[in-house]
Amino acid sequence: MKASHVSVPAWVTIGVVPVVNIAMALFLSGLIILLIGENPIDAVQLIFIGAFGYDEAIGYTLYYTTNFIFTGLAVAIAFHAMLFNIGGEGQAYIGGLGIGLAILAFDHTLPFWLMLPIMLSAGALFGAAWAFIPAWAQAYRGSHIVITTIMFNFIASALMVYLLVNVLVEPGNMSPETREFLPSGHLPFMHEVFAWFGIAITKSPLNISIFWALICCVLLWFYIWRTRWGYALRTVGHSERAAVYAGIRPQRVIVITMCISGALAGFVGINELAGVQHRLLLNFTAGYGFTGIAVSLMGRNHPLGIVLASLLFGILYQGGAELAFEMPKISREMVVTIQGLVILFSGALAYMSEPWVARAYTFVALGLTQQRAGEA
Amino acid sequence: MAESYTFVLLTLDAALRVATPLVLCAMAGLLSERSGIIDISLEGKLLAGAFVAGTVAAVTGSAWLALLTAMVATALLSLLHGFACITHRGNQVVSGLAINIMVSGLTVVLGIAWFARGGQTPSLQAAARFMPIEFPLAETLRAVPVLGPIYTEVLSGHNLLVYVALAAVPFVYWVVYKTRFGLRLRAVGENPQAVDTAGISVTGLRYRGVLMCGLLCGIAGAYLSIAQNASFVREMSAGQGYIALAAMIFGKWRPLPALGACLMFGLLDAIAIRLQGVEIEGFGEVPVQLIQALPYIMTVVLLAGFIGKAVAPKAIGIPYVKER
Repeated sequence: MKASHVSVPAWVTIGVVPVVNIAMALFLSGLIILLIGENPIDAVQLIFIGAFGYDEAIGYTLYYTTNFIFTGLAVAIAFHAMLFNIGGEGQAYIGGLGIGLAILAFDHTLPFWLMLPIMLSAGALFGAAWAFIPAWAQAYRGSHIVITTIMFNFIASALMVYLLVNVLVEPGNMSPETREFLPSGHLPFMHEVFAWFGIAITKSPLNISIFWALICCVLLWFYIWRTRWGYALRTVGHSERAAVYAGIRPQRVIVITMCISGALAGFVGINELAGVQHRLLLNFTAGYGFTGIAVSLMGRNHPLGIVLASLLFGILYQGGAELAFEMPKISREMVVTIQGLVILFSGALAYMSEPWVARAYTFVALGLTQQRAGEA
Repeated sequence: MAESYTFVLLTLDAALRVATPLVLCAMAGLLSERSGIIDISLEGKLLAGAFVAGTVAAVTGSAWLALLTAMVATALLSLLHGFACITHRGNQVVSGLAINIMVSGLTVVLGIAWFARGGQTPSLQAAARFMPIEFPLAETLRAVPVLGPIYTEVLSGHNLLVYVALAAVPFVYWVVYKTRFGLRLRAVGENPQAVDTAGISVTGLRYRGVLMCGLLCGIAGAYLSIAQNASFVREMSAGQGYIALAAMIFGKWRPLPALGACLMFGLLDAIAIRLQGVEIEGFGEVPVQLIQALPYIMTVVLLAGFIGKAVAPKAIGIPYVKER
């Protein structure tokens, strides 16, 4: 019997293949934990207890998730236009600079409800500006966006060190940080929001920016699949030449898409600075921009997938901290390793498992039809 | 006068030391990218090489064994990159990034699990390292005016791997431009169909390109942990792999200009360290971060076509599909 008699339905390639890929990444991670000399099953258990065991842990998990949604969406929208934005880290960093500057400028005079739109626009504007230059260079000067966004991550990092050490540092402060924001520049924490309704939950860094992250998911879904700009964006992603014939200017699409991408990455600062740290400081992005790449690949560049992948990485980050505490031989960087493996298997080797899954499906499907034929 | 001359020479000496891993990684990247495979995983391979060399040297006490295992490890990473990009036609940037992130996590995880020193490997004895080599008559010739100090301060007194890096440049030049293999390697990066039509394996050539890339990265990694320093420290590659990538692009994918870019970036770094906190009259303190960011800024400006034009190999980044 030839395998070609059965065609593989879409749910297998969309649903099963990604799960197989993640499973391979997690299996290898388990092998590494075995190599270190710990029990991977115990480790998984500790991660889940650490991520969901008590309500403070859930708060932390969702707080990490918020960051990953922002950076994941940033990578995803660029992917739809076949642009690879590795610069999420730098865009988040500079977006945070914009948010910090806006809050420092206005928190004496304006109330919170006026601060909120200012913060959001500042983060979006600065993040978009940092993505604009590589986008412009790609669209109009023919330089490669991957290389330029890598370079811009380093330039952002140097710029922030210079600004925080020499310009923005609070006089008399030993560490390079700005003064603390006034309360009008703070986002309400979730435990505060719950307290308004008389529900007591434990303090955690989770704040209302998670709602903004979810709103961004919906807006982005609408933009990509329900507007003409989204249509243009996807057309450019499929074929730049076809887009030209359809009357779309790819250059403009590239620049607009990258600016949206940078703006989304810039919102990390809303969660981190206005939400949790309440001051501008060094390295608050902590690699979230790179995690966004894993999140986007894992979530197949779809907002729903990105929320799920962000949640998984939120669990890994929070649970990983707990794991490092309980099993001192496994450090927090295990999460970074897993992240690398996820990018490898669901990104670079995404098509490796497809023929195997197809063969397995064919085998099962043929078996079922033969069985049915036998019964009849 | 003599003092400032010595200052210049010492800066050059430091620049050479900083440039060594850059030169090796840039040559590595060149071999891979000339075959049509983008390699942003230079950074990860550099870090992996440093970790393996530091670990093996600490355990066995042999610098040579450490160098060899580091090269094997990075070659394996290169083969993984090849497996994803050449065999499975995966996205080359994604694969490179995956290697970088994976290595950045794994080196710390294994380092802490094996040595429990916060990610650092134990300090090495002199015997387990590549130590500075004094050239013959270095001290005697110091007295020779002008040229003597250059010989003593700049050329002499480096460890073996510095000279290996300098030798790698003419070697890569010879391989890429003067051998049959090099001709084919360049061809496969420009027009793989033509190479395939001539009956030469595109896959084979590209695998050889990335393999050589991996071996050179291993030497660069070993340089960091067992020659320049006496142990592996977490994240010790600190973006040098990316600077090397920038230098290779700055050199327009050619060995000698890439060497020039590496030396220039090395010099910038050496100057930045020396200028830390120095006040210049009428200008104020020099922003060291600006000098450190210059390699990246210059590369962006170059890529935007404002300093000449950097043209990548034509088939770079495109997986080769035989049946069309």
